[in-house]
Amino acid sequence: MAAPAAAAAEAPLIEAVNVSRVLDEAVPVTLVRDIDLAIRPREFVAITGPSGSGKSSLLYLLGLLDLPTTGEVRVLGRPTATISEDERARIRLEGLGFVFQFHFLLPEFTARENVMLPMRALGRLSEAEMRARADEILASLGLAEHAGKRPDQMSGGQRQRVAVARALANDPPVILADEPTGSLDTRSSEQVFAILRALVDERGKTVVAVTHSMELAARMDRRIQIVDGRITADEQTRPAATR
Amino acid sequence: MSLVLDIAFTHVRARARQTLVAIFGVATGVGFSIMMAALMQGSQVDFINKLVDAMPHIAISDERPAPPVQPAERAYDAAAIHGLTPETRRLGIKNPLATMAALETWVPGEIGPGVITRAIIRYAGRDVSVTVNGIDPMREPKISTLATKMRQGSLVSLYRATNAIILGSRLATKIGARIGSTISLTTTTGGQMTAEVVGISHIGVRTADETTAYTLIKTAQILQAQTGIINEIRIRLDDPMIAKDVADRIVRETNYQAVAWMEAQEELLSAFQVRNIIMTTVVGAILLVASFGTYNIISTITHEKARDIAIMKSLGFREVTVRRIFVVEALTIGLVGSVFGCVLGYALCLFLGSFEFEFSAFTDMTRIPLLYSVNHYLIATGVALLSSGIAGYFPARKAARVHPVEIIRGAA
Ligand SMILES: Nc1ncnc2c1ncn2[C@@H]1O[C@H](COP(=O)(O)OP(=O)(O)OP(=O)(O)O)[C@@H](O)[C@H]1O
Ligand SMILES: [Mg+2]
Repeated sequence: MAAPAAAAAEAPLIEAVNVSRVLDEAVPVTLVRDIDLAIRPREFVAITGPSGSGKSSLLYLLGLLDLPTTGEVRVLGRPTATISEDERARIRLEGLGFVFQFHFLLPEFTARENVMLPMRALGRLSEAEMRARADEILASLGLAEHAGKRPDQMSGGQRQRVAVARALANDPPVILADEPTGSLDTRSSEQVFAILRALVDERGKTVVAVTHSMELAARMDRRIQIVDGRITADEQTRPAATR
Repeated sequence: MSLVLDIAFTHVRARARQTLVAIFGVATGVGFSIMMAALMQGSQVDFINKLVDAMPHIAISDERPAPPVQPAERAYDAAAIHGLTPETRRLGIKNPLATMAALETWVPGEIGPGVITRAIIRYAGRDVSVTVNGIDPMREPKISTLATKMRQGSLVSLYRATNAIILGSRLATKIGARIGSTISLTTTTGGQMTAEVVGISHIGVRTADETTAYTLIKTAQILQAQTGIINEIRIRLDDPMIAKDVADRIVRETNYQAVAWMEAQEELLSAFQVRNIIMTTVVGAILLVASFGTYNIISTITHEKARDIAIMKSLGFREVTVRRIFVVEALTIGLVGSVFGCVLGYALCLFLGSFEFEFSAFTDMTRIPLLYSVNHYLIATGVALLSSGIAGYFPARKAARVHPVEIIRGAA
């Protein structure tokens, strides 16, 4: 394992510099303001805060789903404001994996096909290779026997794990999750959490997860608290040395 | 691309009933367009064929294109000269045999002499103005299909009596003349003659059948009181469509007036043009309405699938990919609709073609003239695909532009 000092010095995967996002409505709504943060490799970051504080909004900005009104978001060292929408889509496709509160799987496709979607959009592998890889990811999340099922034939926990599998499809370094366990019961929620944990510890991924649960946040490595669109706390909950 | 097809077909399959309705719409549009085209063009071609077959493709007459320039006019260019009557010209084509021989060297078709005279037919107290065509019964079959259009008698019947005449069917009915009737003819120059009806012709074109009579060339010359005169050279071309060009060249080379059939029938042809414009408009409207169905279903699908679109975009799908999905769906509807439409169109044509009609008491039983052309199918399919593509493109573009966050925010 890398020494703490070395880990901190590693180049950030995602960096927000003085980011604010204001919705241009009749009465302008500020979603987040003056955000400065850096997400480094192999971090497991919790974003917490009261409902409506801007957690999701921040995650969308970090994931290039939304653009800041002012400030800059850099992903994988690249500036993202001046590039085209297609290029941002490309970064999302290869570099970022998303998991939402609701599984957001395409209902007409099987679990396997859903996991294959991002691979097919990228188009690097042959159909057979994509299939094999999708099955492998599903198996690693304990879903081997569900690969051929459609979302409506699975439980909520299984669906959410398929969503995680889909996020991993193109092997992105970063996974962004918005309340991935928010709609799950305790058991499924534990399962999904364990998977995210393993992604960080065993596969060297970086995970940023929004959560309501202080208990879950405490079991991650770093906690960023948002109140009223501002970062009010940013702390290591588990010192890197103990990992 | 297979990804796009996959998603597109999934959407279409999930909305089977609505898709079928849209396909049915396109198929109906395409089918009826094809039928309309076959019908309209069929009747047009049928009519023109009748016309073209019955008439010489080019008629060279003894009229000069413009009256010859007077010597005085030539000398005093700017002076207006009143009261000059052009000199009376000798009628007829000078040296017709030489002219015909000259034409035969380059005109692709058959050439024959004729005499045209206007006359009044008088029979049973009725007077009808007619055009008397002096023809050569031996040569005529090469120049027109008149020989095959004889209701009674034949062209050679003209040799049977001293002054034998063949009447157009409507003309005969109008004056009540029959085979064997003796009619009297009077020309504008005062010539008179009695003639025996030996045949009835029926071309199928009303004006022709109403005002035309045929005699031997010799008889027509006697009627005109001008022995040896030939005032018309009639040409039947191997390809009637080049008549205009050939006629123009004849005018340049002989300086006689040469009228191609399409010029003689200008009004009729322009009437067809108007008809074609109307047809194109109607067919276009049918296909447009059909494409509304496609637009409707693609809009519905994009609305229904707004969340899926947002998901795909958030995963990193490009805008074009998303747009393509829906355009492909629209094109699929257009394509399947067109295929069924072509089958439907063909079936409608067969159905229409199976009827026998009596258009009027003067014609035999005929079938509706239909023209089968691959072009009709290709054009209808092309237009249907194009309009489907456009109908799909706009909702697709709108859907693909959506910012995923807007929908994910709402859904989460
Ligand atoms: N389209 C919008 N128009 C107006 N206000 C909005 C819009 N979207 C979000 N907001 C507001 O912006 C704020 C931040 O929203 P956001 O979804 O980021 O909060 P959150 O921390 O994720 O909340 P939750 O925990 O309930 O998911 C909220 O107060 C919300 O009401
Ligand atoms: Mg939220």
